[in-house]
Amino acid sequence: MRALQVRRNVAKLGMARIASAVSPTMAAKMGPLDLRAIADPSCPGGTNTTGWHQVKTRLAGICGSDISLVEGHASTYFEDWVSFPFVPGHEVVGELESGRRVILEPVLGHAARGLPLPFEGASPADGDDYAHLAVDSNGGALEAGIQTGFCCSTGGGWAPWFWAHDSQLHDIDDSMPDERAVLVEPLAGGIHAALLSRPSLAGIENPVVAVLGAGTMGLAAIAGLKRYVPEARIVVGARYPHQQAFAKALGADVVVPDSHLQSAVRRQVGGMIVGGQLTSGAHVTIDAVGSNSSVVDALAMTKPRGRVVLLGMPADVTLDLTGLWHRETELKGAYTYGTETLADGSTAKTFDLAVDTANHFEAERLLSATYPLADHVDAIAHAATAGRRGAVKIAFDLRTGDS
Amino acid sequence: MPRPGFVLDVDRSTPPMLFWRGENFSLERLPADRSRVIYPPEPLAGVEDPEGAIRNALLNPMDSDPLPTLLKPGMKLTICFDDASLSLPKMRQPDTRQRIIEAVLELAAEAGVDDVHLIAALGLHRRMHDYELKHVLGDRIFDAFHPRGTLYQHDAEDYDNLTVIGETEEGEVLEINKRVAESDLVVYANVNQVAMDGGWKSITTGVASYRCLSFHHNPKTLQNTRSLMDRHHSALHQSLWRMGEVLRKSGPQIFTVETTLNTNTFPKPFDFLAKREWEWNAKDRATYLATQKSLSAMPLKARRKIMHSIESPYEMTSVQAGFTPTVHEETLKHVYAQHLVEVEGQTDILTMGIPYICPYNPEGVMNPILVMCMGLGYLFNMYRGKPLVREGGVIIMTHPTYRDFNPVHHPSYIDFFEEVLTDTTDPAVMSEKWEKKYAEDEWYRHLYRTGNAYHGVHPFYAWYWGAHGQQHAGKVIIVGGDAPTVRRLGFTPASTMNDAFEIASDVVGRAPTVTHLHVPSVLVADVK
Repeated sequence: MRALQVRRNVAKLGMARIASAVSPTMAAKMGPLDLRAIADPSCPGGTNTTGWHQVKTRLAGICGSDISLVEGHASTYFEDWVSFPFVPGHEVVGELESGRRVILEPVLGHAARGLPLPFEGASPADGDDYAHLAVDSNGGALEAGIQTGFCCSTGGGWAPWFWAHDSQLHDIDDSMPDERAVLVEPLAGGIHAALLSRPSLAGIENPVVAVLGAGTMGLAAIAGLKRYVPEARIVVGARYPHQQAFAKALGADVVVPDSHLQSAVRRQVGGMIVGGQLTSGAHVTIDAVGSNSSVVDALAMTKPRGRVVLLGMPADVTLDLTGLWHRETELKGAYTYGTETLADGSTAKTFDLAVDTANHFEAERLLSATYPLADHVDAIAHAATAGRRGAVKIAFDLRTGDS
Repeated sequence: MPRPGFVLDVDRSTPPMLFWRGENFSLERLPADRSRVIYPPEPLAGVEDPEGAIRNALLNPMDSDPLPTLLKPGMKLTICFDDASLSLPKMRQPDTRQRIIEAVLELAAEAGVDDVHLIAALGLHRRMHDYELKHVLGDRIFDAFHPRGTLYQHDAEDYDNLTVIGETEEGEVLEINKRVAESDLVVYANVNQVAMDGGWKSITTGVASYRCLSFHHNPKTLQNTRSLMDRHHSALHQSLWRMGEVLRKSGPQIFTVETTLNTNTFPKPFDFLAKREWEWNAKDRATYLATQKSLSAMPLKARRKIMHSIESPYEMTSVQAGFTPTVHEETLKHVYAQHLVEVEGQTDILTMGIPYICPYNPEGVMNPILVMCMGLGYLFNMYRGKPLVREGGVIIMTHPTYRDFNPVHHPSYIDFFEEVLTDTTDPAVMSEKWEKKYAEDEWYRHLYRTGNAYHGVHPFYAWYWGAHGQQHAGKVIIVGGDAPTVRRLGFTPASTMNDAFEIASDVVGRAPTVTHLHVPSVLVADVK
């Protein structure tokens, strides 16, 4: 089949990194991603094919982490956690041979690797030992890879079809359009980040959560906060007018241009500004950008002993951590999803919450444009400049079979 | 002999009229046969010997003993003076305040008075920069008093140094600077540029506390101030005069020195601004074109720098001293002699160009809230009798209304724009819902007291200043403004003056009467 594939090519990664500073289109052309004929992947279950399915891609989103990879900005941290060459694409709504439409929960967890679950009913991303993600399993049929879309054995959503395990698949109702379903995975990430704010808000009257950035992930976090942390006052810094409009529509209480976020937080909580930092600040700040400056800004606007949740993948950053030390700020990563603890003490799977949230907010409004795989250069360039072009989520559409 | 102001009826031969557009200007053609332009009187002659006139006023005061007889060794003498909000633009040195204070200090020295404090009467305005103090007072006074800590600026938040003088029958509490309250004699050195200034307003606002100011700086009072330039029909001034009466009965002895200025505002090459358009000669037209094109080609910051560097060749037209109310009535006669223009009847549409400066941005940015304040607060209120525009009529202003703020001078304005104006533009609602939070904000308080920031509540006051105009007008249109910013103010944006007239027709019909308030310079329309 013809699919988009990433090969380990240091020279191409380097060229893409340089080209991305000039033009996202050039970066997409020069980078490690190519549309090529690839061999059909074998079943990653090895001799035990039970539970594995071929999933025909219907829509596959382009995520910020995909763009980082294509543009050569991704951290070398992941080199030992992925296996090359791989087909990207982890935000996927697809269809099984039976005709069932499914959403992919991309983490290749214990069940997919034939390993005991960390606890009964665990989600793929649960567990506090990640060894299983980085080792070959299923008799060598499933190589290292944190997720579908970063693993050479399974294939990924940027192809006509790929392999997925039962533990990764969520059925969807006929009433849920593909355009909504493809937003479930990023929504799950945003909801997870939103719920990570909860421990820092316990017992606080009128808690304030700042969200820095209102691209797909920032908007997903706002949706998650609105539904599952309703006591929080949500203050959002969004660069572009359409992002500001979406943030308001999803229920943010205060929406300002991103450069005004610190002032907006100060208006909510009071305090002063000393040395560019708020003396008080938001109880929690969710950084949905993941740049050097966004992390610095997030730390400067979070109150002492507050929490900064890193939702955007930050890669290499240079930070003066004196402020973090002095203010006893908690820096918390927010990767993917799993089993969540809700306000009433009950537990739920993030993906189930995300499906509800996608339906509640009619998330298809965040899908701005779709492209065939053949137009991947334009698609990647569009996704890389989504904000300034008035877009949110860009996806590949493989429903016509014309790739 | 200067010519009086007059009203020009516009016909087909009338040239286009000059409109301010912030740091630039434009020429706009007004509809013939139904438009009129109100021109201010030409500048009156200044007194020939200002120092002599001031000394004469101090020695021959109104309803008061001469100043030398009030000065005694061992007494506490405090001299208060108007801050950088006057004059606009700043006058060429020597400033009138310097002349007054030098004369008072000379008499004080002759009398052996050595406990003298000089206090800038800021109210809730920003603290003046040292270079501004030097400009107003001159180097000699600054160098003599500032290093010793006896020249300083009023602090309306320093409650250890504020004292309550008393209460009016209406329950208004007069709370003022403790040094002023405890002085044996207070001399107030005033510059009266418009009829709103002076009188009891000088001390009861300039050295008062926020609590004291809030009794009259509020929507209800400002909506019933008809107008700011007519103190006998101004609820604001009535409140101030009640407080003045408390001050007279229970406070220190006040010796007021008031001065009036003519309207000789712009030096060359900007002097064409004060000319009547049909009297422009070829050189004026060329200067206008060259200036307008040059300013258009410059970055905004450069334009702003040029404009704020202008120093006006104002001349003092009168000086009077003594008992505050008596002095002020005399002052008003001189102010009105310079400003008053008789106008017959109201209009459907009032047009006005908004300049780069208002009392709250000397050396700073004319932010959107100040555009509202200047248009609906100051220029709309340039009337006596009735407003120039009929109730429910349309006000058209020209200004770029950029979303730009000076973060040092106007930190709370930025938050006001983002937080309060997104919630409401109704003065009463914002007063109820938001004012207290801004007034008591520790950060704003800190910046007001130690930096050069307006008090946290000041954007509210700037907004309330336009409350009467806002209530009176059926629609407000800004030509050439940043559209989202204009909408945030609750106004309607228009690209051109013709577009504005078209938009206005929804409110006032297809053939409305139009009146243009010609700025510069300052005038007060006496509307019959």
